[in-house]
Amino acid sequence: MSTQPTQTIMRSGLGRARGLGSAKSGAAHWFAERVTSIALVPLTLWFVFSVFSLLGEPRAAVQAWAGHAMNATLLLALVIITFHHMAMGLQVVMEDYIHAERPRLLAILAMKAAAGLFALGGILAVIKLTLAH
Amino acid sequence: MTDVREALFIGRTTDGRTVRRPLSPHLQIYKPQITSALSIFHRITGVALSVGAFILVWWLVAAASSDESFATVSAVLHSWIGKLALIGWTAALWYHFCAGLRHLVWDSGHGFELETVHATGRLVLIATAILTALTVLAGFIAL
Repeated sequence: MSTQPTQTIMRSGLGRARGLGSAKSGAAHWFAERVTSIALVPLTLWFVFSVFSLLGEPRAAVQAWAGHAMNATLLLALVIITFHHMAMGLQVVMEDYIHAERPRLLAILAMKAAAGLFALGGILAVIKLTLAH
Repeated sequence: MTDVREALFIGRTTDGRTVRRPLSPHLQIYKPQITSALSIFHRITGVALSVGAFILVWWLVAAASSDESFATVSAVLHSWIGKLALIGWTAALWYHFCAGLRHLVWDSGHGFELETVHATGRLVLIATAILTALTVLAGFIAL
Protein backbone atom coordinates (compact mmCIF):
# COMPACT_ATOMS: atom_id res chain seq x y z
CA MET A 1 0.00 0.00 0.00
CA SER A 2 1.47 3.28 -1.05
CA THR A 3 1.41 6.26 1.28
CA GLN A 4 1.03 9.85 0.26
CA PRO A 5 4.16 11.96 0.79
CA THR A 6 3.58 14.28 3.70
CA GLN A 7 5.30 17.38 4.89
CA THR A 8 4.89 18.26 8.55
CA ILE A 9 4.82 22.00 9.10
CA MET A 10 5.81 22.64 12.69
CA ARG A 11 4.26 26.07 12.97
CA SER A 12 0.78 26.98 14.09
CA GLY A 13 -1.78 28.10 11.54
CA LEU A 14 -1.75 31.61 13.00
CA GLY A 15 2.04 31.77 12.92
CA ARG A 16 2.07 30.86 9.24
CA ALA A 17 -0.68 33.30 8.33
CA ARG A 18 0.71 36.26 10.26
CA GLY A 19 2.47 38.69 7.95
CA LEU A 20 0.84 37.12 4.90
CA GLY A 21 -2.46 37.52 3.07
CA SER A 22 -5.40 37.83 5.37
CA ALA A 23 -3.28 38.64 8.40
CA LYS A 24 -2.07 41.85 6.75
CA SER A 25 -4.22 44.68 5.38
CA GLY A 26 -5.76 42.89 2.40
CA ALA A 27 -9.38 43.55 3.33
CA ALA A 28 -8.81 47.29 3.85
CA HIS A 29 -6.91 47.44 0.55
CA TRP A 30 -9.69 45.58 -1.27
CA PHE A 31 -12.37 47.83 0.24
CA ALA A 32 -10.45 51.05 -0.51
CA GLU A 33 -10.09 49.99 -4.15
CA ARG A 34 -13.90 49.65 -4.38
CA VAL A 35 -14.66 52.90 -2.54
CA THR A 36 -12.26 54.88 -4.74
CA SER A 37 -13.69 53.25 -7.87
CA ILE A 38 -17.22 54.33 -6.88
CA ALA A 39 -15.98 57.91 -6.32
CA LEU A 40 -14.21 57.87 -9.68
CA VAL A 41 -17.43 57.03 -11.60
CA PRO A 42 -18.99 60.54 -11.36
CA LEU A 43 -15.57 62.29 -11.26
CA THR A 44 -14.47 60.61 -14.51
CA LEU A 45 -17.73 61.49 -16.27
CA TRP A 46 -17.43 65.11 -15.10
CA PHE A 47 -13.80 65.31 -16.25
CA VAL A 48 -14.45 63.82 -19.71
CA PHE A 49 -17.30 66.31 -20.28
CA SER A 50 -15.14 69.18 -19.02
CA VAL A 51 -12.32 68.28 -21.39
CA PHE A 52 -14.63 68.65 -24.41
CA SER A 53 -15.08 72.36 -23.62
CA LEU A 54 -11.30 72.81 -23.23
CA LEU A 55 -10.10 71.02 -26.38
CA GLY A 56 -7.94 73.29 -28.48
CA GLU A 57 -8.54 76.21 -26.12
CA PRO A 58 -5.65 78.49 -25.04
CA ARG A 59 -4.06 78.37 -21.58
CA ALA A 60 -6.30 81.22 -20.38
CA ALA A 61 -9.40 79.05 -20.87
CA VAL A 62 -7.88 76.24 -18.79
CA GLN A 63 -6.90 78.76 -16.10
CA ALA A 64 -10.42 80.24 -16.05
CA TRP A 65 -11.99 76.78 -15.86
CA ALA A 66 -9.66 75.46 -13.13
CA GLY A 67 -9.90 78.79 -11.34
CA HIS A 68 -13.57 78.18 -10.65
CA ALA A 69 -13.88 76.94 -7.04
CA MET A 70 -16.17 74.02 -7.87
CA ASN A 71 -13.98 72.83 -10.75
CA ALA A 72 -10.86 73.16 -8.57
CA THR A 73 -12.50 71.14 -5.79
CA LEU A 74 -13.53 68.37 -8.18
CA LEU A 75 -10.08 68.43 -9.83
CA LEU A 76 -8.42 67.98 -6.41
CA ALA A 77 -10.76 65.06 -5.67
CA LEU A 78 -10.02 63.57 -9.11
CA VAL A 79 -6.23 63.83 -8.71
CA ILE A 80 -6.15 62.50 -5.13
CA ILE A 81 -8.57 59.61 -5.69
CA THR A 82 -7.13 58.67 -9.11
CA PHE A 83 -3.58 58.39 -7.75
CA HIS A 84 -4.76 56.51 -4.65
CA HIS A 85 -6.73 54.06 -6.82
CA MET A 86 -3.82 53.79 -9.27
CA ALA A 87 -1.22 53.09 -6.57
CA MET A 88 -3.40 50.36 -5.03
CA GLY A 89 -4.00 48.73 -8.42
CA LEU A 90 -0.35 48.88 -9.52
CA GLN A 91 0.70 47.44 -6.13
CA VAL A 92 -1.43 44.34 -6.74
CA VAL A 93 -0.05 43.97 -10.28
CA MET A 94 3.52 44.15 -8.91
CA GLU A 95 2.73 41.72 -6.08
CA ASP A 96 1.38 39.24 -8.63
CA TYR A 97 4.14 39.40 -11.22
CA ILE A 98 7.36 40.24 -9.35
CA HIS A 99 8.13 37.04 -7.47
CA ALA A 100 11.43 37.88 -5.73
CA GLU A 101 10.94 39.75 -2.47
CA ARG A 102 13.60 42.46 -2.84
CA PRO A 103 12.77 43.73 -6.36
CA ARG A 104 9.06 43.52 -5.53
CA LEU A 105 9.45 45.71 -2.44
CA LEU A 106 11.70 48.16 -4.31
CA ALA A 107 9.28 48.39 -7.25
CA ILE A 108 6.29 49.01 -4.97
CA LEU A 109 8.14 51.66 -2.96
CA ALA A 110 9.37 53.42 -6.12
CA MET A 111 5.87 53.34 -7.62
CA LYS A 112 4.33 54.70 -4.38
CA ALA A 113 6.93 57.49 -4.30
CA ALA A 114 6.21 58.44 -7.91
CA ALA A 115 2.44 58.30 -7.38
CA GLY A 116 2.69 60.36 -4.19
CA LEU A 117 4.94 63.02 -5.72
CA PHE A 118 2.88 63.36 -8.91
CA ALA A 119 -0.33 63.58 -6.87
CA LEU A 120 1.25 66.36 -4.77
CA GLY A 121 2.42 68.10 -7.95
CA GLY A 122 -1.10 67.91 -9.37
CA ILE A 123 -2.59 69.26 -6.13
CA LEU A 124 -0.11 72.15 -6.10
CA ALA A 125 -0.94 72.94 -9.75
CA VAL A 126 -4.69 73.07 -9.04
CA ILE A 127 -4.12 75.32 -6.01
CA LYS A 128 -1.89 77.62 -8.09
CA LEU A 129 -4.50 77.76 -10.86
CA THR A 130 -7.35 78.60 -8.51
CA LEU A 131 -5.35 81.20 -6.53
CA ALA A 132 -4.05 82.88 -9.69
CA HIS A 133 -7.53 83.31 -11.04
CA MET B 1 12.89 25.17 0.23
CA THR B 2 13.42 28.81 0.95
CA ASP B 3 10.16 29.44 2.75
CA VAL B 4 7.69 27.44 4.81
CA ARG B 5 5.06 28.28 2.19
CA GLU B 6 7.04 26.14 -0.27
CA ALA B 7 5.86 23.08 1.66
CA LEU B 8 2.38 23.71 0.29
CA PHE B 9 3.72 23.47 -3.28
CA ILE B 10 4.70 19.81 -3.00
CA GLY B 11 2.59 17.69 -5.33
CA ARG B 12 2.75 14.28 -6.98
CA THR B 13 2.56 13.35 -10.63
CA THR B 14 0.45 10.38 -11.83
CA ASP B 15 3.57 8.17 -11.86
CA GLY B 16 4.31 9.01 -8.23
CA ARG B 17 7.20 11.48 -8.54
CA THR B 18 7.04 14.43 -6.16
CA VAL B 19 7.12 17.76 -7.99
CA ARG B 20 6.89 21.42 -7.16
CA ARG B 21 3.31 22.36 -8.02
CA PRO B 22 3.13 24.88 -10.86
CA LEU B 23 1.31 28.13 -10.19
CA SER B 24 -2.02 28.59 -11.89
CA PRO B 25 -3.21 29.87 -14.33
CA HIS B 26 -1.30 27.97 -17.01
CA LEU B 27 -1.82 30.30 -19.93
CA GLN B 28 -0.33 27.80 -22.38
CA ILE B 29 -2.90 25.16 -21.32
CA TYR B 30 -5.98 27.31 -20.72
CA LYS B 31 -8.43 27.66 -23.59
CA PRO B 32 -8.90 31.41 -24.22
CA GLN B 33 -12.25 32.51 -22.78
CA ILE B 34 -14.11 35.82 -22.76
CA THR B 35 -13.97 35.80 -18.94
CA SER B 36 -10.19 35.50 -18.65
CA ALA B 37 -9.57 37.80 -21.63
CA LEU B 38 -11.73 40.59 -20.13
CA SER B 39 -10.07 40.08 -16.75
CA ILE B 40 -6.55 40.65 -18.10
CA PHE B 41 -7.84 43.56 -20.25
CA HIS B 42 -8.99 45.24 -17.03
CA ARG B 43 -5.44 45.03 -15.72
CA ILE B 44 -3.79 46.13 -18.95
CA THR B 45 -6.10 49.14 -19.31
CA GLY B 46 -5.52 50.00 -15.65
CA VAL B 47 -1.76 50.09 -16.21
CA ALA B 48 -2.21 52.13 -19.42
CA LEU B 49 -4.43 54.60 -17.56
CA SER B 50 -1.69 55.03 -14.95
CA VAL B 51 0.47 56.56 -17.69
CA GLY B 52 -2.51 58.78 -18.56
CA ALA B 53 -2.71 59.94 -14.93
CA PHE B 54 0.88 61.20 -15.11
CA ILE B 55 0.06 63.03 -18.37
CA LEU B 56 -2.96 64.64 -16.64
CA VAL B 57 -0.65 66.02 -13.94
CA TRP B 58 1.85 67.19 -16.56
CA TRP B 59 -1.01 69.10 -18.27
CA LEU B 60 -2.20 70.64 -14.96
CA VAL B 61 1.34 71.65 -13.90
CA ALA B 62 1.98 73.19 -17.34
CA ALA B 63 -1.29 75.15 -17.20
CA ALA B 64 -0.31 76.43 -13.74
CA SER B 65 3.27 77.29 -14.76
CA SER B 66 3.75 79.28 -17.97
CA ASP B 67 2.53 79.87 -21.52
CA GLU B 68 5.64 78.12 -22.89
CA SER B 69 5.19 74.92 -20.88
CA PHE B 70 1.47 74.84 -21.74
CA ALA B 71 2.34 75.30 -25.42
CA THR B 72 4.72 72.31 -25.17
CA VAL B 73 2.04 70.02 -23.68
CA SER B 74 -0.50 71.24 -26.26
CA ALA B 75 1.93 70.58 -29.11
CA VAL B 76 2.61 67.04 -27.86
CA LEU B 77 -1.08 66.24 -27.31
CA HIS B 78 -2.09 67.77 -30.66
CA SER B 79 0.55 65.87 -32.65
CA TRP B 80 -0.62 62.74 -34.45
CA ILE B 81 1.08 60.49 -31.90
CA GLY B 82 -0.47 62.52 -29.07
CA LYS B 83 -3.92 62.20 -30.63
CA LEU B 84 -3.40 58.47 -31.15
CA ALA B 85 -2.39 58.11 -27.48
CA LEU B 86 -5.42 60.13 -26.36
CA ILE B 87 -7.73 57.92 -28.45
CA GLY B 88 -6.05 54.85 -26.91
CA TRP B 89 -6.49 56.26 -23.41
CA THR B 90 -10.14 57.08 -24.17
CA ALA B 91 -10.75 53.45 -25.15
CA ALA B 92 -8.81 52.20 -22.10
CA LEU B 93 -10.75 54.59 -19.83
CA TRP B 94 -14.18 53.49 -21.07
CA TYR B 95 -13.19 49.83 -20.92
CA HIS B 96 -11.85 50.14 -17.36
CA PHE B 97 -14.94 52.21 -16.44
CA CYS B 98 -17.46 49.65 -17.80
CA ALA B 99 -15.55 46.58 -16.59
CA GLY B 100 -15.13 48.30 -13.21
CA LEU B 101 -18.90 48.78 -12.96
CA ARG B 102 -19.27 45.06 -13.77
CA HIS B 103 -16.87 44.28 -10.92
CA LEU B 104 -18.89 46.47 -8.54
CA VAL B 105 -22.05 44.54 -9.49
CA TRP B 106 -20.21 41.28 -8.71
CA ASP B 107 -19.05 42.77 -5.39
CA SER B 108 -22.70 43.36 -4.51
CA GLY B 109 -23.21 39.61 -4.98
CA HIS B 110 -25.06 39.65 -8.31
CA GLY B 111 -24.45 38.42 -11.84
CA PHE B 112 -22.42 35.29 -11.18
CA GLU B 113 -24.40 32.87 -13.38
CA LEU B 114 -22.22 31.83 -16.32
CA GLU B 115 -24.81 33.04 -18.86
CA THR B 116 -25.00 36.42 -17.10
CA VAL B 117 -21.20 36.66 -16.87
CA HIS B 118 -20.89 36.10 -20.62
CA ALA B 119 -23.73 38.52 -21.40
CA THR B 120 -22.32 41.34 -19.21
CA GLY B 121 -18.89 40.68 -20.71
CA ARG B 122 -20.23 41.25 -24.23
CA LEU B 123 -22.15 44.28 -22.95
CA VAL B 124 -18.90 45.78 -21.59
CA LEU B 125 -17.24 45.36 -25.01
CA ILE B 126 -20.19 46.90 -26.88
CA ALA B 127 -20.51 49.79 -24.40
CA THR B 128 -16.76 50.46 -24.65
CA ALA B 129 -16.92 50.59 -28.45
CA ILE B 130 -19.94 52.94 -28.46
CA LEU B 131 -18.62 55.27 -25.72
CA THR B 132 -15.15 55.42 -27.33
CA ALA B 133 -16.59 56.18 -30.76
CA LEU B 134 -18.90 58.89 -29.35
CA THR B 135 -16.11 60.47 -27.27
CA VAL B 136 -13.61 60.52 -30.12
CA LEU B 137 -16.26 61.91 -32.50
CA ALA B 138 -17.32 64.60 -30.00
CA GLY B 139 -13.65 65.36 -29.38
CA PHE B 140 -12.91 65.97 -33.05
CA ILE B 141 -16.07 68.09 -33.39
CA ALA B 142 -15.11 70.18 -30.34
CA LEU B 143 -11.54 70.60 -31.61
